[in-house]
Amino acid sequence: MPIVVKNLTHIYMPGTPFQSVALQDVNWTIEDGEFWGLIGHTGSGKSTLIQHLNGLLKPTSGEVIIDGVNINERGVNLREIRQKVGLVFQYPEHQLFEETVEKDVAFGPKNMDLPEEEIGRRVREALELVGLNYSEIKDRSPFELSGGQMRRVAIAGVLAMKPKVLILDEPTVGLDPRGRDEILREIVRLRERQNITVILVSHSMEDIAKLVDKIAVMHRGRMVDSGTPREIFRNYEGLSSIGLDIPQITHLMLRLKHQGKDVSTEVLTVEEAEAEILRAARRKGRA
Amino acid sequence: MREITIGQYIPGNSVIHRLDPRTKILITFAFMVLLFVIDDFTGYAFPAVFIIVASLLSGISLKYMIRGLRPLVVIILLTFVLNLFMIKGRVIYEVGPLDITYEGLHQGVFMVLRLVMLIVGTSLLTLTTSPITLTDGIESLLKPFSRVGVPAHELAMMMTIALRFIPTLMEETDKIMKAQMARGADFSSGNIVKRAKSLVPLLVPLFISAFRRADDLAMAMESRCYRGGENRTRMKQLRMTYADLVAFIATGLLAAGSLASRFIW
Amino acid sequence: MAAEILAESVYYQYSQAKDLALKDINLRIQKGEFVAIIGPNGSGKSTLAKLFNGLFIPAKGSVRVDGLDTRDRENIWKIRQKAGMVFQNPDNQIVATVVEEDVAFGPENLGVPPEEIKKRVYEALKIVELTDFDQKAPHLLSGGQKQRVAIAGVIAMKPDYIILDEPTAMLDPVGRREVINTVKRLNREEGKTIVLITHFMEEAVQADRVIVMNRGRVVMEGTPREIFSRVEELKEIGLDVPQVTELAHRLKGRGLEVRGDILTIDEMVECLCPLL
Repeated sequence: MPIVVKNLTHIYMPGTPFQSVALQDVNWTIEDGEFWGLIGHTGSGKSTLIQHLNGLLKPTSGEVIIDGVNINERGVNLREIRQKVGLVFQYPEHQLFEETVEKDVAFGPKNMDLPEEEIGRRVREALELVGLNYSEIKDRSPFELSGGQMRRVAIAGVLAMKPKVLILDEPTVGLDPRGRDEILREIVRLRERQNITVILVSHSMEDIAKLVDKIAVMHRGRMVDSGTPREIFRNYEGLSSIGLDIPQITHLMLRLKHQGKDVSTEVLTVEEAEAEILRAARRKGRA
Repeated sequence: MREITIGQYIPGNSVIHRLDPRTKILITFAFMVLLFVIDDFTGYAFPAVFIIVASLLSGISLKYMIRGLRPLVVIILLTFVLNLFMIKGRVIYEVGPLDITYEGLHQGVFMVLRLVMLIVGTSLLTLTTSPITLTDGIESLLKPFSRVGVPAHELAMMMTIALRFIPTLMEETDKIMKAQMARGADFSSGNIVKRAKSLVPLLVPLFISAFRRADDLAMAMESRCYRGGENRTRMKQLRMTYADLVAFIATGLLAAGSLASRFIW
Repeated sequence: MAAEILAESVYYQYSQAKDLALKDINLRIQKGEFVAIIGPNGSGKSTLAKLFNGLFIPAKGSVRVDGLDTRDRENIWKIRQKAGMVFQNPDNQIVATVVEEDVAFGPENLGVPPEEIKKRVYEALKIVELTDFDQKAPHLLSGGQKQRVAIAGVIAMKPDYIILDEPTAMLDPVGRREVINTVKRLNREEGKTIVLITHFMEEAVQADRVIVMNRGRVVMEGTPREIFSRVEELKEIGLDVPQVTELAHRLKGRGLEVRGDILTIDEMVECLCPLL
């Protein structure tokens, strides 16, 4: 189910003194099974862009085509689109409202008018996908859980609709390192098991570098770059000129290279850096 | 909702903007009373002139204020029609079983005038006074009554906090609505019962969030040594000037004029 | 009079909880220090912060601010003026609808005369570099700006200690940098004592001293260098170390001659250059 974004422009409150261009001429193709990272600082248009992918916002001009269908054409069932393209907002735990975890996760499937057994099955599966013990947690109130657990319940609420594309807007913001690692691990596992397309919006270049296949860079409403993490992070000057960082470890390798050392700068994780430096040190007979 | 412009503060530095908020509140109050006391057309010439002069001085166009009436058109029309048909007297026209009377027409036009002037006159207050200044004015005016148990400071603090959090909660409502729509919620179709039910997934999170915010805010206020109105000072002191005196005199003359007109004509 | 915050065998328990939130905490925070407190969620670090200015009162033991005991109700306003507090959520601690009014809120509560308040408000806004924002509505500011308004609101009360309870947890990297730079300036230039609670290790690295909490106890205490060289122990309790620190640790484990207490890219480059 590829998503194609064509010449997408979005203007907030057009024709008023408050008019502002949030997206300008964005083109983006997301193929099946890809894992995208979407980066850019606050106000660059990331949130506006992802809200177009499931029809929550309508383009001022341009198209969003899912499975060959322009989703903003008349007669398109947006509820169906939203079931196929699951969107997890920032702080998703703030949308929980039911008395029990089970009921809350069932909200999405219920809106799809599925039979009772199917709903039950999906709730159980979704909770287990996010690493929660179904029978232990299903009857508890979502409001007495820990912050990390609440967030996972909320993500399960979207997964229970079995989306083919999952968009997560900063799923780890506000969590401590352990909570963050758990959520990221679940996302990776989910992809392995269900082979769904994932779009991860994040400010953490370290997380993005570790996880995604491709990165799209937003700046002032435009998509200014896209490519593999190695391609994107190679352009350190370009990124820092628009206020974005690269992973600390990649930065280190760039600095070493700058000092005339023979090391590869295409390093995204601590493990890769370790191997690369050991290799270089061995060549010099230091290790 | 965004289209309602009546009463939304327009920043400016006109004479009217600079008047003490207490002056403006008191004059608005007197103006309202006057509108209800006057019962003839000639008397209404005075408040009409008053509004026109005040709007000229404030730099806010009359057209803008009249446009602000748009959301209230239905109420205004209804007032007119009801008066037109309900009042008995000399019949001047018949529409089926209904009679239009001379008295009805007279009364209808009169009531519409009263309503329009009431709305435009009071909106002048909020158009030229920032919410925070308005709150200060109310607090200061109510202060003498705190001895008889009117919680002047608390009321003002509540207003301030409400004003501070309205935009935050509006934003939050939008976000939660979208998040539930992403889970297939439908807020816009079905009958009344179904629609009311569909609001539960919006209202519950909104309430929970409002309580959490209230809790946080209470703690933040406490840690900044807030303990009610006692011993509290204010950075901005309200001060009356000559302009305020002139405004009071002008209002006095207006009131006298419109009341006197009854006896002259 | 002792110029310090002193916690002596402090225990704390929330009313409905069965476990103690804090167990036997003994800490001394001296005037002029920049202390970072780190620890996973639920380790008690936020609870501890709220004990420092009398929002919470210890169940057992005592907390003293410049010798004033928080258990004594008479001291409470004095303590809160001396030890100001900035909270996590930037939206939930701003009271007024205009920036300058919000900064004035604290001094107004203290009964400071109007002219003096005005002076303090503009000094505070200058320190957080928001002078041009005095007439703005808070909800139109960025997260980092809101937190700086909150900091200004505390500065205007002329405290000696500023306690910041995860002030950057909800901010983007730009906002985080703004807040941390402001905090550093407050410590170096204004001589304020800083207690910064955070789970971002790059922030803790900037402090003079790091306190690590886990399950209601203080489990480590020392300079950032001492603390972050204990990579395994930190990971054990669910905390991060900066990527370069972890790299140094791993390379050392593979027999390379690298210091184990590296905190920044510069140090790492310096350390690796002779080897490559």
